[in-house]
Order: sequence, then structure tokens, then C-alpha cells
Amino acid sequence: MPDTILELKNIGYSYHNLSGETMALADITFGVTEGEFVAIVGPSGCGKSTLLSIIAGLMQPELGTITVHNPDGSLNYPRVGYMLQHDHLFEWRTVYKNVILGLEINHMLNAERLSYVERLLKDYDLDKFRDKRPSELSGGMKQRAALIRTLALAPQILLLDEPFSALDYQTRLMVSSDICRLIRQTGKTVIIITHDLSEAISLADRVIVLSNRPARVKTTLPIRLTLKDDSPLAARKAPEFQYYFNLLWEELTNEEK
Amino acid sequence: MRKNKKELTKQEEFVINRKRHHHQVISCRFFILVFFLILWEVSANLKWIDSFFFSSPSRVMNCLIKLVADNMLFEHVGITLWETIISFILVFLISLLVSTLLWYSQKLSEIMEPYLIILNSLPKSALAPLFIVWLGTGTTTIIVAGISVALFGSIISFYTGFRQVDPEKIILIRTLGGSRQDAFLKVVLPGSVPIMLSTTKVNIGLALVGVVIGEFLAARRGLGYLIIYGTQVFQLNLVITSIMLLCIIAMIFYKAIQYVERKINKTFVE
Repeated sequence: MPDTILELKNIGYSYHNLSGETMALADITFGVTEGEFVAIVGPSGCGKSTLLSIIAGLMQPELGTITVHNPDGSLNYPRVGYMLQHDHLFEWRTVYKNVILGLEINHMLNAERLSYVERLLKDYDLDKFRDKRPSELSGGMKQRAALIRTLALAPQILLLDEPFSALDYQTRLMVSSDICRLIRQTGKTVIIITHDLSEAISLADRVIVLSNRPARVKTTLPIRLTLKDDSPLAARKAPEFQYYFNLLWEELTNEEK
Repeated sequence: MRKNKKELTKQEEFVINRKRHHHQVISCRFFILVFFLILWEVSANLKWIDSFFFSSPSRVMNCLIKLVADNMLFEHVGITLWETIISFILVFLISLLVSTLLWYSQKLSEIMEPYLIILNSLPKSALAPLFIVWLGTGTTTIIVAGISVALFGSIISFYTGFRQVDPEKIILIRTLGGSRQDAFLKVVLPGSVPIMLSTTKVNIGLALVGVVIGEFLAARRGLGYLIIYGTQVFQLNLVITSIMLLCIIAMIFYKAIQYVERKINKTFVE
């Protein structure tokens, strides 16, 4: 039984302005085990991104507690890597300077980290493009560069906030399949937010469905696809795919009645 | 083979057309200048205009030669150039400092907003007499006048540029564990280089305006002083020569900034 790495208990959060408060999250409770790939789906505007910002430590929850368990038993908060919707590579830096941005900020430009970055650049076929500007890369290569930038800090948990939604559909299928294969290879714990049900089913071990705002956990659905080839593109052809899709679709839509 | 050749000629045609266009623009510019100078000279000689009031290119030349002979040209041009460059550099540094502070503190920027807007729209020439009373006549007053014309607009432009940086990029810095200072140094400042350059281009011209206003009122040297002096003694040749020199200075400044801009864009923004 793998260890729980992340535990959220009764998380609540509201946005405030002068005309009143808007409750975004109400009583969110779930745990994530180490090495698990979790997808969070929910109606648009339900507070998914707020939840991710809280897990990333960018925002403090107003209610509830969030606990992170380190696998080595220490109390240090493991680094949480957060990939945003857009790659946000800086045009005034070369690809290489972009991927070491996190190390630069954290003053960790040491030999160990830099050789890790070198390895990632080679593994992800970006080595030849290291001195190019981001605008010279394709959409998929930009996402890979953004992934290296996140992985360079060696996070234990990866958060992805609709990381492919800025891409056109065809590129999106390719890139999401590609990036998720790469992430799976790292064996890291992943939480991905998406509004694309097929994406959630094809990528995740478990799908968490959130309700309309204020968001609560409606259902948790473990995904078991009977396919030996675990590439996300192939997963869409699994016999159970449609079953899971309908199940999730029901969950998401029955609220509106 | 044949097709390849045809494509090549299309490309060549395009290059030739572009070059022709460029040559036409340059020669037309030159033609307007020469035409204007000739028209001016001829109308003065044929007494269509009164050369006492309107001067003429040959009189301007004579005046220039006289200024050089009296060893005065470089002194006056030099002092105006020097004061303008100092004002310009100070404007850049002060705007950078103030707009950085405004960016760091949302509250400070909200407090300062109406004051900045009032100071920016105030005609700075109205302040110049005050500067003389406060600072006396001399280089300091003139440099302050130069700064006052460009400074507030420059602060507003820099700050606006800083604010226009994509907030998601700042969130990115935070997700990588960066502080507000990291956000400023890694995103806001490099992301604002284009707007800072275009503001700087305007600033050099405004600094020159301010310096000439200052020299009108509080100088014994400089092109602004020559213009006022020339008007007082009815030496309009001197006035027009000084104005011509100002035109040349303005053009040199513009070209210099353009050169720097290209250089920075090449190495920095690509």
C-alpha cells in the first residue's frame, strides 16, 4: 500500500470584494497517494484553479488543513511543481536560459541540478534547440521546455492546470499524450485539472469530480482500463472508455436539473 | 530547371523593387531639402522675402563661419548638448527608480496617481521662472528645466509598461518559488525593455526642449541663449543659424537612440 503524500481536509475558500463574498470551495476533502495520477474535473468556473493554487501554496485556505507527507518521513514540505495553462517561456531568454529559470531564482545552479537539466534536454530532444528563442519552437516543444523548467527543481508533486488548453485540438492530443508519457516515466505524483473528460480518463488513475461553485467533491472514480499499451492516445480505444465517459458525463450534468 | 530560374527572377524582382523604393524615399528626402534651400536662397536674392527677417542659406553659412572663427560655435553647441545629455540621463534614472517603487507598492501608486497626472499636464515652461528664483541662473537651473519637461511623462510610461506585463508570468515566477523582487528582475524589467526604449526616444527630444527653454531664461551660453540674444540685437541670421543647429542636434540624437535601440533589440529581445 503506497503512502499518502497529500491530504486535504475540509478545505474552504471564498473570494471577497466590496459587494460581498463568493464561496469558491466548500469542504473539499481528499487524499493523493504517492505516484498516483489524479485528474480533477468539474464545471467551468467551479474553483478548480483556486484549489490547485492552494495545493501549490500560492494561496492559503480560509478553512481546513492541507498536509503533505514526505516519503522519507521528514517534515520538510516537498517541492510542488506547478505547470500553468500557457508555457510562458520568455522570449528574451534562450530555451536553455528559460529552463534553468527556476534554478536561477532558487540559487541552485549547482552541478547536480544542471546535469539533470542536461539529461532532460537530451531525453526530450530539445538539446539541439537550447540556444534558440522560444518562438522558434513548435507548440509541443514549448510544452516540453516548460516541463523541464518545472522538473529542474525536482518537485515531488506535479500540478498541471489545463496545461494543453492553449493548443489546437490535434496538437493537444499529441502533446498531452507525449507530456504525460514523459511525466509517467518520472514516477511523480501528478494532479491535473482539465475540463476535457476524455483527457481525464485517458491520463489518470483516478478522476475526482467537483460540483458547481461552491465546489465540493462529488464523486471519486478510479479508472481501470484493460489495455496493455498505456499510451494515453491508445487508452481512448479501450473498451471501458465509453463507460467511464458516460459515468462522468452523468455526474457532471445531473447537477443542472 | 526553368521553373527554378523563374522563381529566382521573382525573388530578384522583389529585391530590386524594394531597393528602388528605398532609393526613391532617400532621394525625395534629399530633393525636398535641396529644393527648400534653393527656393529660400533665390527668394532672398530676388527680394521676394526680406532677408533681414528671413535670412538665407548663404547668410546662415556666413554666420556659421563667423561663429567658428570666433571660437564660439563649439562652446554654444557643446553646452546645449552637454546639458541635454545630463538631463536625459537623469530623467532615465529617476523614472526607473520612481516607477520601480510605484510597481512595488500598489498603495503608493494609487496615492501618487493624481499628483503625477497634474505634474505631467502642467506646462513646464510655467515653472522655469520659478527655477531661476530658486536655483539662480546657470547650468543647474537649465538641467532641472530639461528634466522637468520629460520626467513625469516618462515615469507614467515606465510604470504603465511595468503594469502591462502579463500577470500570469508573475504567477509563474511564484510557482518557481520566486519573490516579488525575482518577478521584477526576471519578468517585469526585461519585459518592459521595448516600451522603455520608445519612451527614451521621446525623452531625448523633450529634454532638448526643456534645456532650450531654460537657456532662454537663465543662460549666458548655449543655443537657447544665442536665439534670445540674436532676437534682442535683431541679428536674425544668428537666430536662424541656431535653429538650424538645433535641427541637426535633434536629428543626431534621434539617430543615436535608434542605433542603440537596434543594438539592444538584436542582442536582447531578438
